[in-house]
Amino acid sequence: MHALPAAPAPAPQRQVLVGASLAVVAMVMLTGSMLAVWALQRREAIDSTGSWVPDGTTVPEVPTNVILIAFVGICVFGQWAVWSAKRNDRPHTVLALGCTALVALLVINAQAFVYHRMGLGVGDGTYAAMFYAITGMFMLLMIIGLLFTVVAAFRYIGGRSGDQEIIVSHAIYWYGMSAIFAAIWFLVYVTK
Amino acid sequence: MTTIESSPEAVATGDLDVDAGDAVGAVTGIFTSTDHKVTGRLYLAGGLLGLIATVTINVLIAIERLDGTDVVLDVEVLPQIIDAQYVGLVFATLLPLVMAACVYAVPLQLGARSIAFPRLASSGFWMWFGGLVLTTIALIGNGGSLGGDADAVDLFIAGMGLMAVGITATAGAVATSILTTRAPGMTMRRIPPFSWSALVFSLGVILVMPVLVGTLAYLFLDHRNARTGFGGNEGIFVWVGWIVTQPVTFLFAIPAVGMLAELTPVVFGRRTPVRGILFSGLALIGVAALAGVTQQNIQNLPWAGSQLNVDDLETKVRDLVPFLLFNALPVLGMLLVLLVVLQTARPGDGSRFKFSPAALFAFFGFGMILVGMLGNMLHAADDLGLQGTVFEEATLVYVVYGAVLAAMGATIHWAPKLWGAKIDTGKVLPLALLGLTGTILAAFPMYIAGFLDQPAGVSYVDDDLAIWNIIALVGHAFMSLTVLGFVGLLLLSTRHDEAVGDDPWDAQTLEWATTSPAPRDNFVDVPVVHSAEPLLDLKTASTSNDGSNA
Repeated sequence: MHALPAAPAPAPQRQVLVGASLAVVAMVMLTGSMLAVWALQRREAIDSTGSWVPDGTTVPEVPTNVILIAFVGICVFGQWAVWSAKRNDRPHTVLALGCTALVALLVINAQAFVYHRMGLGVGDGTYAAMFYAITGMFMLLMIIGLLFTVVAAFRYIGGRSGDQEIIVSHAIYWYGMSAIFAAIWFLVYVTK
Repeated sequence: MTTIESSPEAVATGDLDVDAGDAVGAVTGIFTSTDHKVTGRLYLAGGLLGLIATVTINVLIAIERLDGTDVVLDVEVLPQIIDAQYVGLVFATLLPLVMAACVYAVPLQLGARSIAFPRLASSGFWMWFGGLVLTTIALIGNGGSLGGDADAVDLFIAGMGLMAVGITATAGAVATSILTTRAPGMTMRRIPPFSWSALVFSLGVILVMPVLVGTLAYLFLDHRNARTGFGGNEGIFVWVGWIVTQPVTFLFAIPAVGMLAELTPVVFGRRTPVRGILFSGLALIGVAALAGVTQQNIQNLPWAGSQLNVDDLETKVRDLVPFLLFNALPVLGMLLVLLVVLQTARPGDGSRFKFSPAALFAFFGFGMILVGMLGNMLHAADDLGLQGTVFEEATLVYVVYGAVLAAMGATIHWAPKLWGAKIDTGKVLPLALLGLTGTILAAFPMYIAGFLDQPAGVSYVDDDLAIWNIIALVGHAFMSLTVLGFVGLLLLSTRHDEAVGDDPWDAQTLEWATTSPAPRDNFVDVPVVHSAEPLLDLKTASTSNDGSNA
């Protein structure tokens, strides 16, 4: 048996950070592909029937604009958590994570409100099926993000305050989500 | 000595501390284990089961094609059989077998104690397996792209989505491992070629599979409700057929190519020269991911022979650029890898030759994949009239069977680390030749039949085509024998009590610095790496010291 010299304990190499970044890449690909198919189907529907959104369906703009603004808040709160964690400012870190979770809940609530206002059944044609597919996927990603925030907060409250990597990864996740919603907002809610 | 002692029993039980006789505990240990070697073995077992099923389906289709008009099988099940062939070749065979090698070998090669996110990797396997079971149930229940049962069609879509999510989860763990858990001193330029190919493959999967999942989500909701936007169940493969055809499958075969690059230096006892070119070649094959990202499978060259002139140059350039980008760049990547392999194998300069059955499998696999890639380039040319014929299926068979051969080579190579035994070299050699012959006989006649306009599917009218279909049946039968023989040898090898040694192949990379089989945490002390061939450094240093002492 050959003996290699032992190394010192390997330095942390930002595993959670890299994992979160890859997850964001996957999320962007997922939503990007869905938006691409959305744009294609929209163009074909307009070319053939002249309309895409079913008659009688109104896409509410106020709550969707509020969601977009809320994402600005989520990004600010996420970065606030990073800033505080790097300074070992425990109260502010926990407060920032709490605010992030609260606004994420607000987004989920606003999206549910959009569903309610539109009154669209999932079986009401191609638009409805695609609308619920893409926004449903967005809701799923929101719930995952909310869980991520809760886990990061509990780890921090539980005493792992030196582990700032998860706080940074958490912020990266929400930056990715913000970009994703900005694209959905433009294509699904503004361009319609 | 930098490794810890271990025993096969200790490794096999996974996380739980159970008695060897406690069958329930052992099974629970396997189900809940986060050891990457256990997860890799599960992928291997699942992939081999999928391979046996897929090869059986291929034999059934070949029997059905013996006579182009008479129907041997029940006509009602033919659509499900065809679906099962494509899904089986890619999702039940190619992806799990390649992923298995990545999961069990990469952390060992990196000098890591564990894969990154081991629970994610393990849950990825179970999601893939669950998806495979659901897809199989759906196909049995008259589902699939031409199925007659609406619920079974929904189940088919959901099963494919679950498989895609599972494979993506495991790919995320593999990619993160390579990016973050390398031993000290192991820069990205120093990682072994197989690990590099695993990185390209994993990143490609992370880019491509979410695109599939998104489209499947649309298909599922549309099929379950309106069925107006995506063509119902017949539209399934119109929208997601790219995932089971070329060039995306090239992406999934990259680790199979990496196996040849990994094993050539072992056979010839020499350091890999021009690693930058080798890595570029492997990465160039990854360009095939573009076909997945853009959801395209054929980049047509719609020029008739008389139009091979410079008229309408702009249109022709527009056709040519995506064709070259999607199809020719992967071939260029393969040629670069081959160039480096030949450079490594050149005689002289202290090279030696130590036969490795794994390298033979990998070499045959590489050749088959290359033939599949070249066939795919021809397939794109409209003028040849190959689209809609069995030619496309033949390219898929070349790529998948080629990757299967390479995956068999990977299993033979790393078997000492997986269960502490070597697979009998003398018995494996005929299997390699049988597998090569089987692949060529199964696929090449279909190339010819494609040129003779045999349509895709199972029926044809021209009696002259029968001979090519008979030869293809023999090829698939040979492949069945290869697979069964290989599984039998694997099972026999696990019962071997003979000590295999820690470095039976006289290899160069870190996994051979630990015991055989590799213990639960791989390494007690993470070794320091000073070059791309850390074990070879040590052997060379030992030889020099011995010489100076003498």
